[in-house]
Amino acid sequence: MEQKEITVALVGNPNCGKTSLFNALTGLNHKVSNFPGTTVEKKTGSFKLSPEKNAHIIDLPGTYSLYPKSADELVTYEILRNKAETNYPDLVVFIADASNLKRNLLLFTQVADLKVPIVLVLNMLDVAERRGIKYDLAKLEEKLQVPIISINARKKEGIDKLKEVLLDEKLRVTAKYFSLERVNQQMLLDLSKITDKRNKYAALQYAINASSLISEKAKRLTEVFKHYEFDIISFQEDEVLTRYKIIDETVKYARLKNTSQLKASVTAKVDKVLTHRYYGIGIFLVLLLLVFQAMFSWSEYPKDWLEVGLGAFTDYVEKTLPAGVLNDLIVHGVLAGLTGVMVFLPQIILLFLFIAILEDVGYMARVGFIMDRIMRPFGMNGKSIVPLIGGMACAVPSIMATRSIENKKERLITILVTPLMSCSARLPVYTLLIGMMLEDTAKWGPFNVHGLVLMLMYLIGFGAAILSAWVFKLFIKQKEKTYFILELPGYKVPVFSNLLITIYEKGSAFVFGAGKIIIAVSVILWVLASTGPHANMQMVESKYSTILQNDTLTEAAKKEITLQMNAQKLEASYAGEFGKLIEPVIRPLGFDWKIGIALLTSLAAREVFVGTMNTIYSVNDDGDNSFGHIKTKMMAEINPRTGKPSYNTATFLSLMIFYAFAMQCMSTIAIVKKETDHIKWPIIQFLYLTALAYGSSFLVFNLFS
Amino acid sequence: MNLTQLGYGKKAVITKVNGQILALKLFEMGILPGEEVELENVAPFGDPIAINLSESKVCLRMQDASCVEIKLID
Repeated sequence: MEQKEITVALVGNPNCGKTSLFNALTGLNHKVSNFPGTTVEKKTGSFKLSPEKNAHIIDLPGTYSLYPKSADELVTYEILRNKAETNYPDLVVFIADASNLKRNLLLFTQVADLKVPIVLVLNMLDVAERRGIKYDLAKLEEKLQVPIISINARKKEGIDKLKEVLLDEKLRVTAKYFSLERVNQQMLLDLSKITDKRNKYAALQYAINASSLISEKAKRLTEVFKHYEFDIISFQEDEVLTRYKIIDETVKYARLKNTSQLKASVTAKVDKVLTHRYYGIGIFLVLLLLVFQAMFSWSEYPKDWLEVGLGAFTDYVEKTLPAGVLNDLIVHGVLAGLTGVMVFLPQIILLFLFIAILEDVGYMARVGFIMDRIMRPFGMNGKSIVPLIGGMACAVPSIMATRSIENKKERLITILVTPLMSCSARLPVYTLLIGMMLEDTAKWGPFNVHGLVLMLMYLIGFGAAILSAWVFKLFIKQKEKTYFILELPGYKVPVFSNLLITIYEKGSAFVFGAGKIIIAVSVILWVLASTGPHANMQMVESKYSTILQNDTLTEAAKKEITLQMNAQKLEASYAGEFGKLIEPVIRPLGFDWKIGIALLTSLAAREVFVGTMNTIYSVNDDGDNSFGHIKTKMMAEINPRTGKPSYNTATFLSLMIFYAFAMQCMSTIAIVKKETDHIKWPIIQFLYLTALAYGSSFLVFNLFS
Repeated sequence: MNLTQLGYGKKAVITKVNGQILALKLFEMGILPGEEVELENVAPFGDPIAINLSESKVCLRMQDASCVEIKLID
């Protein structure tokens, strides 16, 4: 019987155009989830091969070999080795960069030797041709004995041909390149008794990879290796070199004579400038500054439109729904919280966009190169810079991205300090606070002062991350030797549709992911803020109801009194009680009980701060004009203890520093636990970040007040 | 001589790669005996270095580069 759906795995080296091919095949018809039981990001999608047949495609992390050295490479290996695995493919689509065919074919031959049907897709033939490399594909096919399809993933060329090949079951063949005849056959038999009876190469490869783990099975495997005096590393080296020899012959046979002389590549010229020994780092810093300036000024208009649009929507809902508890809950609870955060969507999307562009162009790898020496004394390496910069967008995917760091200690330190990088969730908080602290139009030379202060906050985060890393380096032990080998791919013009897809993914993750938390927190908060211990609430209401019944009062005075009543009601509510409970702890930082409520709700996610402030000041309101005036309301607030405004420069600075350092993100805590595989690390992380936040805020508040 | 001693604009061929697991990783990245190399960039503070192989560009630390033995091509 013919299957209705086939499972296809997309495998290849990093930087070979895998993502472009995946996007070309699936478009927006894909989803990002996790492999069961892990945090490893799994991109799957589906597309039609023919009217009756679907292909289900899995994008596996790029790797250089099937002897995984980092956590992301391990995922690819795990899927391909285990036939019982639900994601085990019917067919591997191996995508190779034709301009770097030799090295790409190393992994190809390893995967093919696992005896999984495979097709070879050659990408970037145009890049190869520009470098004077051209192949006779028929000859290559003849040597490799598998179907070969040439494509241009960026221009979406050759995709239909690829689909045809995937559909044709006659073309589903396996190949064999590397022979194990020089290996002791009895040992292979013994090993396969412990592993399982698949083909010999798969069994040996599994035994080698598994023997480095700590398990009963690993012990038995190590014993077998010892018994036969089998030197694992020299076998692996021998295997790789033998494969290269086979590949060399193949490539030489299929390569057409150089048609043109090698031209000095654009990449070399650009690198002369961007990775310059003396001003490479300067260029990097200027680029970051430009990114932040652009992020700040370009988002202004869409932000205004969103504000106006969402405000109108809130008004509409308030007027349309029948007045009552439900109206109140939706308008002052859910919508107040949600709109407060959603207006920051443009900034967040811009930040993700800039990071995606830097990555796609190939500049991120260069940053790793120029920053490695600087990162080293702090127990990290050049590869740590990608998660750290990514941390400015969101710590969660960035902590996942640390998987490419081979050395365990360097990876752990990077994970521990990444949350100090100012993520996009802090943007709404900073923007709100900076906006209250400074005039909108403030300029310093050609720069917007808001942008500069924002940049300063990012630098403070980075500085704190570096210093904490240095401290961790002193405490975390390590056995492995560290090395840093990184490919610097040729520069490319980013593919527009790829960028759009990235933005779509990140944007919807923010709207739906953060949205859910914010709605939940807003509703709970609204309930807590509008109800309270019966006796307390009763007292406030009866006190004011008699005053308000006084007919001699003017309208203005009534309004004033209603405001006072609402303020006292909030104070009497459960939320108020709670805020007051923790007020003594946060008073030294300059925070009152209202900020206390916001700090507490921000434990779920930082951006909830803005939503919470909106909800609090909206509940504490006489009804009209509930949206967009949170700034004015907060500024007008008088602290009853001192008789001065509740918010002054010292409070703002103290609050910003607190948000810069504190670990207020449940998703990060969850991801750190999964990535480090131990509850110990998120606890340590939470404690040191909280201590850092509290100490620094205390210092800042007392210095400035 | 080893890879750390290669000057700008000089070409060399790799003769041997030392260092156990490091060697395996270098092989997988295309740094293997018989390959031609050329020094292309040096990072700020003189470390790491970026080298051109026949088909790709890779950067590595001086410490790792010292495991790569080379012979100059005239």
